[in-house]
Amino acid sequence: MRTPPSDGARRLGRTTTRRAAEAVVRAIIHVCGWLAIVILAAIAIFLAWNSVRAFGEAGLGTMLSGTAWYPTSDPGKFGMLPLILGSLFVTGVALAVSVPVGVAAAVFISEFSGPGVKDVMKSIIEFMAAVPSVVYGLIGVAVVIPLVKDVFALNSGMTALTGGIVLGVMSLPTVISISEDALHAVPFDLRQGSAALGNTRWQTTFKVTVPAAGSGIFAAVMLGLGRAIGETMAVLMLTGNAAVMPTTVLESVRTMTGTIAAEMGEVVQGGLHYSVLFAVGLVLFAITFTINLAADLVLERQRKRWRR
Amino acid sequence: MNALLLERDGTLAYTAGAVVADDAVDVATREDATAAVRGTFSLSGVSVAYGRDRVIEGVGMEIPARSVTALIGPSGCGKSTLLRCLNRMNDEIGNVHVDGRITLDGADIMGKAMDPVELRMRVGQVFQRPNPFPMSIYDNIAYGPRTQGIRRKSELDLLVEESLRGAALWDEVKKSLKKHAFELSGGQQQRLCIARALATKPEVILMDEPASALDPISTQQIEDTIAELKDSVTIVIVTHNMQQAARISNQTAFMLRESLEEPAHLVEMGDTKKMFTNPDDSRTESYITGRFG
Ligand SMILES: Nc1ncnc2c1ncn2[C@@H]1O[C@H](COP(=O)(O)OP(=O)(O)OP(=O)(O)O)[C@@H](O)[C@H]1O
Ligand SMILES: [Mg+2]
Repeated sequence: MRTPPSDGARRLGRTTTRRAAEAVVRAIIHVCGWLAIVILAAIAIFLAWNSVRAFGEAGLGTMLSGTAWYPTSDPGKFGMLPLILGSLFVTGVALAVSVPVGVAAAVFISEFSGPGVKDVMKSIIEFMAAVPSVVYGLIGVAVVIPLVKDVFALNSGMTALTGGIVLGVMSLPTVISISEDALHAVPFDLRQGSAALGNTRWQTTFKVTVPAAGSGIFAAVMLGLGRAIGETMAVLMLTGNAAVMPTTVLESVRTMTGTIAAEMGEVVQGGLHYSVLFAVGLVLFAITFTINLAADLVLERQRKRWRR
Repeated sequence: MNALLLERDGTLAYTAGAVVADDAVDVATREDATAAVRGTFSLSGVSVAYGRDRVIEGVGMEIPARSVTALIGPSGCGKSTLLRCLNRMNDEIGNVHVDGRITLDGADIMGKAMDPVELRMRVGQVFQRPNPFPMSIYDNIAYGPRTQGIRRKSELDLLVEESLRGAALWDEVKKSLKKHAFELSGGQQQRLCIARALATKPEVILMDEPASALDPISTQQIEDTIAELKDSVTIVIVTHNMQQAARISNQTAFMLRESLEEPAHLVEMGDTKKMFTNPDDSRTESYITGRFG
């Protein structure tokens, strides 16, 4: 005959299983966390490994400062500056579109619309995010290219501006939904406090709510930026893809992403051109990584300052 | 008679004004006297409903100027709701219907003619939880005056100091006005919120359980602050702390919601001393002595 375990023993047993379960969960979470870092490092190493030949034969300095991109001439010229500038021009235009429009839309949705309008707007934004980029490209071809051509009286409407406008629209869902979240998270207490001091809705919004959501809005802009700089398909369709040094946004440009996508199919695997395209990828990776890091640092500083 | 007058500051000020008028001294003095009693609320037949749910019905009361009026009653009886009627903060919530008549110094505050934004510059509010803005101590205080269009640094500096002194916070923060408000303790934050409300020079300050989230020492400081402020502004305070109501208020109003099916009403309002020693209504006595609620 076995005596039933005492209350204390049973409780102890339960505590032990709970401890074990906790340890397992913690281990899984740790592994996942480290996995993210491992994958990131693996990508960087993989890109660098494949770029070794480019570094050796074309030289990193030469590539980064070169203004001529003629990969198929003999010998090939691999100046990446036109591509880097192309990406920056397009991304700059995209930001100029998505930041003001996106933040204004988020403020409207969060602060000035009733529940009905809010729900409709949110569904529309989700839908916008789900549209494939090639469809945005098509719309750009049909609408924005002729528009830019006419408005600026150009020979071709395929410009950095064209690509940037469409990219800006494409990154709107990111900017709007994350900014809206940030505004939504501002405590009602603060708005109430401001209203009680005789401020109108508008004054409260711009003096308290938006500044209080500042770091979240900043994060939204950074994510939108990441989306814009990494986008490939739409820019291929819209920017004309001339790999020359641009001077204004009304010229045709070729972005880094567009170059990789367009040329990868035609290169000899393991060849110099192939390796250079990996080097372009590595530069792109470094740029996005730096932007994200900078954004994180800014956010961290804000968080420290505003911690309650 | 004298005792009564001394206890009810508002009445005293009124009487003094009347005396001056009788003596027919010059008009300026008389106007000063009238100005001195600004901040008098008068409510009649005030009912409030959240959507279909009627939570307050038929409240009528007189809130004299320059005195402390305490609103007491069990949780959910509509004290906060009634308080929010006085600066139209219910407008901010939406789906709230307020009926009846509320006047501030004779002017209807519920009609179209009253701009709630202007009303709130005259009737400030301090909330249950300290809610400083995410900015410096200085900017928190200057927030209201800046809204009113005051831009001159010297003028703002003066207002900031005055307000912080009024809220008994000046000595603690005068050397660190640029510090972020979130770095203050909870009690300091609440006094900052009082200072912030003072900075717009309101006639009335509404306080909704201003000390309930604070430790005893901070509570004491808030009570001291209230005692000083009542000479210059009307204070309406909601509190669950009976000792506090007895200590700091001149009048007390007791509200009660008999059951969830019916709206709350005002059971009794009167001189605090009387309310706490010899109330007319037995329910008041039960509540105050802690028998229900
Ligand atoms: N925003 C709201 N929407 C709907 N009903 C509300 C709202 N605010 C309050 N009520 C209801 O109105 C009644 C009165 O609430 P109120 O907050 O005014 O009470 P109170 O006396 O301040 O209570 P407490 O002492 O707990 O703060 C309660 O029944 C509450 O459920
Ligand atoms: Mg309340």
